[in-house]
Amino acid sequence: MSAEHKFYWLMGGVVVLLSAASVIGWILAQRVSSDRGRGLVSNLNARVRAWWIMVAVFAVAFLLGKAATLVLFALVSFLALREFITLTPTRAGDRRALFLGFFVLIPVQYYLIGIGWYGLFSIFIPVYGFLLLPALSVLAQDTQHFLMRIAKMQWGMMVAIYCISYAPALMMLNIPGYAGQNALLLFYLLLVVQMSDVLQYVFGNLFGKTKIAPVVSPSKTVEGFVGGAASATAVGAAMWWITPFTPLQAGVIAFVIVLMGFLGGLALSAVKRSLGVKDWGAMISGHGGVLDRMDSVSFAAPIFFHLTRYFFAV
Amino acid sequence: MMVMAGLLTGLTRLLVGAYPRWVGCGPAPVQRIYFANHSSHLDTIALWSALPPELRLRTRPVAARDYWDQNRLRRYVARQVLNVVFVDRTGTRAESDPLEPLREALAHGDSLIIFPEGTRRAEALPGLFKSGLYHLARQFPEVELTPVYLENLHRSLPKGTLLPVPLICTVRFGAIFNRVPGETKSAFLERARQAVVELAS
Repeated sequence: MSAEHKFYWLMGGVVVLLSAASVIGWILAQRVSSDRGRGLVSNLNARVRAWWIMVAVFAVAFLLGKAATLVLFALVSFLALREFITLTPTRAGDRRALFLGFFVLIPVQYYLIGIGWYGLFSIFIPVYGFLLLPALSVLAQDTQHFLMRIAKMQWGMMVAIYCISYAPALMMLNIPGYAGQNALLLFYLLLVVQMSDVLQYVFGNLFGKTKIAPVVSPSKTVEGFVGGAASATAVGAAMWWITPFTPLQAGVIAFVIVLMGFLGGLALSAVKRSLGVKDWGAMISGHGGVLDRMDSVSFAAPIFFHLTRYFFAV
Repeated sequence: MMVMAGLLTGLTRLLVGAYPRWVGCGPAPVQRIYFANHSSHLDTIALWSALPPELRLRTRPVAARDYWDQNRLRRYVARQVLNVVFVDRTGTRAESDPLEPLREALAHGDSLIIFPEGTRRAEALPGLFKSGLYHLARQFPEVELTPVYLENLHRSLPKGTLLPVPLICTVRFGAIFNRVPGETKSAFLERARQAVVELAS
């Protein structure tokens, strides 16, 4: 099947499924009465809304190409970083470093991906950013909580800019026999991560008993994780036909994505707890911010990119 | 002109969010004086962007002439886009009453956005309020007084800085501030200040 055919089948299927989900979600919202039920339905509806946006992003990526995708994800990074910095305490001395992060690091990182300079975009923030940001902060000569401030800034830049940028970076991989279809890899990543998140949530609600990490996340359970991970891996294996992988390879890679997504969600939950908040922001219709939807993607994207590049790209 | 307004609110939303939280009242087409804490040059544009477009047409921010009349771009934004009421802070013209332009706007039926502290403060909570709000409240008893708290803007672009740091700022509109008959000016101003402080938590 050609790339266009795959795309239209995919879009058709996804639009049908999401429309069904939206309608069911709307019906459930009218009928549910218990508090727990209401919370559940509201969570699912918020996810469906976020998925419509992601589908739109993917459609843009496929139809308008690399440049538009990079601009879109640069915007996502900008908003995610904005949420992160809002919640981490910063001092006046950090202003120059923060300004650099938003208005220099983001455009440069996405530009480097755009021109395909792998050698630089893969180290730009972990090396140059890591060294330059504290240098700027130290010039302000404010040493109060200095280590904490620069560590928090680096974490924010890494998660919001570096990790998220690996998603559109999939578009620059040169995979033999797969030319022009890289946008489908991006879709695959988003699909597996989102399926993993929602299936873990649903399995957790239906069968959840033993908590996995009660201190960090009161809702994640072993049953939820096993059920969600297994079914999301199955979805990933079943979607092998939009990837350059065999069904078995797709299953293995999907499992890795699911695992990293789970760990990413857990790690960023712990970060939120340590900052004393429940959600990163209220931008997405009162149900958390951009980072709440991208936390799993941020851990999964770099590993997915590197595995694909190492084993399948030239 | 609507395009410029859209562009300006879009840029403001991108930079600081300016998300409205109608905590104590709702957006209504009545004449109001919105009074807020002042910590940044972004305050005016953030509060204005947080209002729904229909309210923006009849709500005029009060702007200090010594800042907003300085160059062509600022003058254009202040006059054509925001439709501000210029106020003379420096008091060079001793005969005229600095509140006169505000009175004219209120008599005309417009709502106002004012910053009773008079100048920008580097802290999260507002300082002492100047007396303008008291005089306007007494002279126009039908106008609703609405306290507003602007969060986080003192971190984004405080006084003395040039580079804004993108941060999420919420614009919290509080309950309508009632007038107590026979209240002294200082008691009124302090109560008004407390109304804004309460919105901060």
